[in-house]
Amino acid sequence: MQLDNKIPSGPIEDLWEQHQFEMKLVNPNNKRKFEIIIVGSGLAGASAAATLGELGYRVKVFTYHDSPRRAHSIAAQGGINAAKNYKGDGDSVFRLFYDTVKGGDFRSREANVYRLAQVSLQIIDQCVAQGVPFAREYGGLLDNRSFGGAQVSRTFYARGQTGQQLLLGAYQALERQVNAGTVTVFNRSEMLDVVVVDGRAAGIVVRDLITGEVTSHSAHAVVLGTGGYSNAFYLSTNAKASNATAIWRAHRKGALFANPCYTQIHPTCIPPSGEHQSKLTLMSESLRNDGRIWVPKEIGDDRPADEIPESERDYYLERRYPAFGNLVPRDVASRNAKTMVDQGRGVGPRNNGVYLDFSAAIDRLGATTIKERYSNLFEMYERITGEDPYRVPMRIYPAPHYTMGGLWVDYHLETTIPGLYAIGEANFSDHGANRLGASALMQGLADGYFVLPYTIGDYLAPLLGAKPVPTDHPAFAAAEADVRDRVAALLGVKGTRSVDWFHRELGKIVWDYCGMARNEAGLEKALSEIPALRAEFHRDVRVLGENETYNQSLEKAGRVADFFELAELMCRDALHRAESCGGHFREESQTEDGEALRDDEHFAYVAAWEWNGQGTEPTLHTEDLKFDYVSLSQRSYK
Amino acid sequence: MEITLRVWRQPGPDAPGDFETYRAAGISEDMSFLEMLDVVNEQLIAENREPIAFDHDCREGICGSCGFMIDGQAHGPQRGTATCQLHMRQYTDGAEITIEPFRANGFPIVKDLAVNRKAFDRIVESGGYISVATGSAPDANLIPVPKATADRAMDAAACIGCGACVAACPNGAGQLFTAAKLAHLNLLPQGKPERYTRAEAMVDTMEHYFGSCTNMGECSVACPAEISLDFIALLNGEYAKAKLRSRRA
Ligand SMILES: Cc1cc2nc3c(=O)[nH]c(=O)nc-3n(C[C@H](O)[C@H](O)[C@H](O)COP(=O)(O)OP(=O)(O)OC[C@H]3O[C@@H](n4cnc5c(N)ncnc54)[C@H](O)[C@@H]3O)c2cc1C
Ligand code: FES
Repeated sequence: MQLDNKIPSGPIEDLWEQHQFEMKLVNPNNKRKFEIIIVGSGLAGASAAATLGELGYRVKVFTYHDSPRRAHSIAAQGGINAAKNYKGDGDSVFRLFYDTVKGGDFRSREANVYRLAQVSLQIIDQCVAQGVPFAREYGGLLDNRSFGGAQVSRTFYARGQTGQQLLLGAYQALERQVNAGTVTVFNRSEMLDVVVVDGRAAGIVVRDLITGEVTSHSAHAVVLGTGGYSNAFYLSTNAKASNATAIWRAHRKGALFANPCYTQIHPTCIPPSGEHQSKLTLMSESLRNDGRIWVPKEIGDDRPADEIPESERDYYLERRYPAFGNLVPRDVASRNAKTMVDQGRGVGPRNNGVYLDFSAAIDRLGATTIKERYSNLFEMYERITGEDPYRVPMRIYPAPHYTMGGLWVDYHLETTIPGLYAIGEANFSDHGANRLGASALMQGLADGYFVLPYTIGDYLAPLLGAKPVPTDHPAFAAAEADVRDRVAALLGVKGTRSVDWFHRELGKIVWDYCGMARNEAGLEKALSEIPALRAEFHRDVRVLGENETYNQSLEKAGRVADFFELAELMCRDALHRAESCGGHFREESQTEDGEALRDDEHFAYVAAWEWNGQGTEPTLHTEDLKFDYVSLSQRSYK
Repeated sequence: MEITLRVWRQPGPDAPGDFETYRAAGISEDMSFLEMLDVVNEQLIAENREPIAFDHDCREGICGSCGFMIDGQAHGPQRGTATCQLHMRQYTDGAEITIEPFRANGFPIVKDLAVNRKAFDRIVESGGYISVATGSAPDANLIPVPKATADRAMDAAACIGCGACVAACPNGAGQLFTAAKLAHLNLLPQGKPERYTRAEAMVDTMEHYFGSCTNMGECSVACPAEISLDFIALLNGEYAKAKLRSRRA
């Protein structure tokens, strides 16, 4: 298969504008003749649905949540980037582009990233007009902060609840279209398959989570804004229900899956407190602006923090990376924390964390200032751990957080199945091997508000007059039958172990061998353990109750079944990529002082995998990455 | 520690329900309330009994999915805390805890502790937005907003839409939720043009689903986002002005 990324040629600054002109348009009066299905109501899905509805398309939105407003995007804390340069500190579209390409360790497409940086400007305008209450300065203008190691202040934020406010903005715009009659929302409805007819996306099959009813829906195009797959690790910062079923089912129907091994482990999360741990809580990265990270110098030093004198503390990030100190990028901060804990210098009752200490900042700025900046985070920390971070240093440890991999899409955000699009975290597009802080919200909204609504027209325009494939087409019947069989099979096992047990076991394998550091032997091991555990799952899982009621174990069972298959692909991709880049650290490929070592000669490409059926190896397709504007260099934060 | 739980079990929206009692051993104080329920559910599954259904997702107090009555209080005893953020260190060994779903006419029961809160979406749909089509916005810094105004709008916008306010209200009123959204939008300059139509539409829709407010104040006490009662006064004012204007028109 030849992957055509549809990137137009020309100077990068003009590509998007010129391409918008070149793409086919659907006449305003004809838009209502087209039906579009959007799965997902997070930032990406809700913004796309609202915009397409405003343009006049007829849109159906599906979400497994009870309300579109509950999508996982709601939990984002820190902020959203935009190259507004309101601070006059030298930011520009080019700088945001440059930082993103470099931060992604040269594994993303320049053209996509440039477009992202360009539309970042409009996103902020749009959100403010919708009433998103971003933080402001006393003069009434918008405030910005620097985030995740950026050298400029380009992050817009709404207290520690930026994702909430952006999502509510998009949700309200979506509800406005519901009121206008252009958008219909199907809540508590889970998409369980994509239907492809004559090589094009024709619709989806959905299960009603309350009644168990399985139905088909057809449209001219299908858009997946279904989020990331960090929950393959079981423990992650993602919401409990976040899952990969939508993109995995699309993958099984022919959509290539790109860079599944690129996962981001966030450095500042609260360490697990025991086996009962059900998810991990992120402590915003902004804390690293004022907190100092350290561990005891001595291995096995169990004294409480305040009894360890300065001279016996190792501020290891400040020591190893004098220029960036505690603000090194996420992957570097995470890996270093792991090294400390692996060396036996971890802190806390389970020796599974490192300190994030605010005492110096409190001395310097006063407790009031620190309180103003972080009080909600400190309160959250205290509720969870029972410790007061004003007095005792926080304990943090890295946790799976974001997945850069996802469905392969071209410049139009279209997957390899014509008419099937992927937006937001569900696609692989813009972050390369490592995402910068505050850039996921930007990308989700860029895709949904400003890119997809235009590119989808290019696909739809020639279809004018064509009706969507009717849902009594045999392909829908076959997909529905398959969904019913899968549900019946899960209910029919009547085994001995719960779904959560299997999920937790799977997560341990993925975390141990495909987590912060990976090596050939470990990945080979994972590739033999995962299929064995999967077989056991299908033989021994216990899903009680029936299909016809609200059955949360059944929902989870279907999602975990898909995680098993995806986890295998993650490991396979990690094994094949024998270089280190961004969040993918192969122990075999590091510099003398232990930093990630890329291999541009062999791996400067996107790895896009094709499904060949259960038990058969997937086929690898590659898309070469070219760098004309940012020259390939080894990242250095020393 | 060991605790005893009385849990409302109801197989479906129209089926009768009742309390069942479960004992949970080996509960650690580091567990969240929902993690304690996870443990109980694992135990139930091991005994071949259906686990307790309850809505939840973020487990960080922000998505508004979780929430039920804990010993008669929406989200339990800790102020400003959603159920998922409540931790077992709030309880002592041997505690007996009763949990049941939010009960309000506006929130029909789905199963066990899960309820249907679609009515909230309807209120927002009726006018809880600022009409601005994508791409039509002016530069974000064109209209300065005084910091105090922006902060106050944010205080209101912090509502997580969980429904605890309705559940805590003896009348099952939806005022606090509606007021929070209305205040967020009406306080900002961007929200002014639709100020009155919004107030009317949202309040009329609210009244269709929920009971009437008699200023008991229980809603604000139960609210995990600590939304202030002042916003209800604001809502009443906006609504009165809107009615006056539409009568004149
Ligand atoms: C704790 C936390 C903090 C974060 N903070 C930041 C930050 O400060 N800045 C930043 O830029 N990024 C941040 N991120 C990342 C960012 O929040 C996410 O990447 C982004 O919100 C994803 O948005 P999305 O629209 O792609 O998907 P989501 O918000 O995950 O939405 C997915 C939607 O798809 C639906 N769905 C999924 N599968 C199905 C199916 N099969 N059937 C029906 N519906 C389905 C869900 O119901 C949901 O509506 C953070 C992430 C976490 C976990
Ligand atoms: S689970 Fe999201 S608020 Fe409690």
